[in-house]
Amino acid sequence: MAFILSEEQAEFRDTLRRFFSETTPSDDVRRLMDTAEGYDASVWSTMAEELGLQGVPFDERHGGQGFGLDELCIVAGELGRALVPCPYFASVVLAGGVLKHVASEAQREALLPRIASGAVATLALVEPGQGRWDATSIRMETPPEADDGRLTGIKDVVLDGTTAEIILVVTRSPGSRGWEGLSVHWLEAPIEGMQPKALQPMDATRKLARLHFNGARSQVLGQPGEAGPALQVALDEALVALCAEMVGGMEFVHESAVDYARSRHQFGRPIGSFQAIKHKCADVQIDLEGARAAICAARDAAGSDEFPLLASIAKAHCSDAYYRATQENVQIHGGVGFTWEYDAHLYLRRAKSSQQLLGDADQHRERIARTLEAHA
Amino acid sequence: MQRSDTPEQAEFRTEVREWLEAHAEPRKGEGDWSNGPREHTPEAEAAYFERCREWQRTRFDGGFACITWPEKYGGRGGTPVQEIIYGQEEAHFDVTAGFLPASISLVGPALMRHGSVEQCKRYLRPLMRGEETWCQLFSEPDAGSDLAAVRTRAERDGDEFVVNGQKLWTTSAQHCDYGILLARTNAEAPKHAGITFLLVDMKIPGIEVRPLITMKGDRHFNEVFFTDVRVDVANVCGEIDRGWAVAKTTLANESMMIGTGTQTQGTTASLVQYAMDHGRWEDPLVRQRVAEAYVQERLLGFLRDRLQEAVLEGRMPDVDGSVMKILWSESRTLRAEVGLDIQGTDGLLAGDDAFDHAYWQQLVLDRSMGSVGGGTLEVHRNGIGERVLGLAREPRADRDVAFRDLKTSTEG
Repeated sequence: MAFILSEEQAEFRDTLRRFFSETTPSDDVRRLMDTAEGYDASVWSTMAEELGLQGVPFDERHGGQGFGLDELCIVAGELGRALVPCPYFASVVLAGGVLKHVASEAQREALLPRIASGAVATLALVEPGQGRWDATSIRMETPPEADDGRLTGIKDVVLDGTTAEIILVVTRSPGSRGWEGLSVHWLEAPIEGMQPKALQPMDATRKLARLHFNGARSQVLGQPGEAGPALQVALDEALVALCAEMVGGMEFVHESAVDYARSRHQFGRPIGSFQAIKHKCADVQIDLEGARAAICAARDAAGSDEFPLLASIAKAHCSDAYYRATQENVQIHGGVGFTWEYDAHLYLRRAKSSQQLLGDADQHRERIARTLEAHA
Repeated sequence: MQRSDTPEQAEFRTEVREWLEAHAEPRKGEGDWSNGPREHTPEAEAAYFERCREWQRTRFDGGFACITWPEKYGGRGGTPVQEIIYGQEEAHFDVTAGFLPASISLVGPALMRHGSVEQCKRYLRPLMRGEETWCQLFSEPDAGSDLAAVRTRAERDGDEFVVNGQKLWTTSAQHCDYGILLARTNAEAPKHAGITFLLVDMKIPGIEVRPLITMKGDRHFNEVFFTDVRVDVANVCGEIDRGWAVAKTTLANESMMIGTGTQTQGTTASLVQYAMDHGRWEDPLVRQRVAEAYVQERLLGFLRDRLQEAVLEGRMPDVDGSVMKILWSESRTLRAEVGLDIQGTDGLLAGDDAFDHAYWQQLVLDRSMGSVGGGTLEVHRNGIGERVLGLAREPRADRDVAFRDLKTSTEG
């Protein structure tokens, strides 16, 4: 995210860019994406202990840095740019965000300092066969109070679901619909009655798992049945951070395509001098400027009534824009662009997974339509 | 706008609003007169032009025309911030000076920067006040995107130039009193080095203006023919053969202006009600398209806010004019197409048989005003590629070649 940063923020971004280019160059990305856990434990702990990154969005009394969405977007942008495989999004953005908004103060005090110091956490929301990142996808029933919060059912495409020790699970009260009647449960893995199964992801830089619950005990965060509104706020903030991550990657592939168009010669001239190539680059530039502006607008509106709409606008645009940028990058690179050896496909895969994560462009356009309808 | 005004900005905003409330009616919607003439008859168009002229005079007399121009030229000596605040406030009222502010900001800077003291004294005040209106005699049949290829000749004869040739796509020439003319004064020099920028009285003998009817049906553009038109050498703006530099001053203002206009012709949110009225709102494809049009419109708005905010806070704007222009053009096209498609078969109709007096039909037919007018989308994409991204230019066949030896489009 290059947009109007304060001096301190720009310095922060530059520090992170240097850190990730030193600790996670492309070779390491490839090495890590082939491992089961999918991240480098020593880099992860340096991120927490020396840079304090896992605590960026949390209050100081919760062991955090006390920063806001701006700084979280900077971290996400740099992680997206370097394609760093690590559980930051699942742990800090998703689980951390949900804890911030849904949990009681005592629960926040117990859990956020652990996340800030590097414990891996995640959020289990989507269920098999639903295929949508929204409330309609949640079928798993909230267990009766007398039952020790014993969970039964399956959660799907859980980010970092095999490595997370803090797992948050969304359930619904029998008979409830939409965002009503939702509860968020907390459990510590490994635990009896919960089987994680690693799934093969198309984007190997994001680890996915299916969690089978068969009576695992859990505690409810905050008030049972009332998590919906706070969960929505947390997911909307996560949307903006995800868009920032996507724009980080988009900037990288755009720079890469433009550099190649400048240096690669065919027919005795740089290929970027051909309009067919130049116009592709120009279109990505237009998409990129729109994406940055959308994120800034959403970020600046955090906490306002318009925030959910602006978060969806950002996601609807970034989903398509990032994917297009990665495809054009492959295309502009020609033959080398679609070799395994070149990193272009890693970004294309990441763009594809980012498109789906937290809802694709169609889903967010539908949400925008519902918002407009409510104001018509 | 997210930001709040400084005390001085707030004071200026109040002044503007009070003045506007005293001189104008609030905006109502898409049927407002400020959206253009409803009928495409020469009479209706002339009446609209007069109304624009009248509003320009009211603005000038109120001290709100040419806000950023120096006081010595008759401007307010104000800041770009004030210009933006004025635009934001004016957008709430059913007023427009139509094409005049655009033409004024093309002609004015060229005169102030390159014109003589006498020219400035003679022309600037009536220009600002809308008393004398100006058209831009730039494009030609063989000089569109490649504007420096102009062929209209101006041959020296004593203290005069004799002008022969044809101009094309001249906006509002039929209503205008003067024109800024690019003419070839030296065909031996390379093409950028033999052009002269002339100030021409449109009423003198030998100038024939023929309105061109656009596909939308209006008389926006004209062909202008010059037959032995005699122009005094005193009417050269800048130097003889160095007119390209003057032209660039005007062109630099153009694309930014097109993308940043504060006037919006309705909003996409109104499409929702429109789709409901036509029983189409439950169609998921319609909902998707309306939402997409809405996203595009908001992105453009965010960028415009950023641009204005940069000016308001005294920073260099970081948004490119060509990006704005392309987004603007594409977003209005999308909105127009969705608006028409929502009507289904009713979209086949025109005129009074169509909804909203064929407002949507007109908007669809007006697409080229954004995608060609002020530089084609393709030329602006070249600009982004070359200026913003530093990609190599196309190899050129027109550098260091005498203009007379150049091929033009009609020669194949």
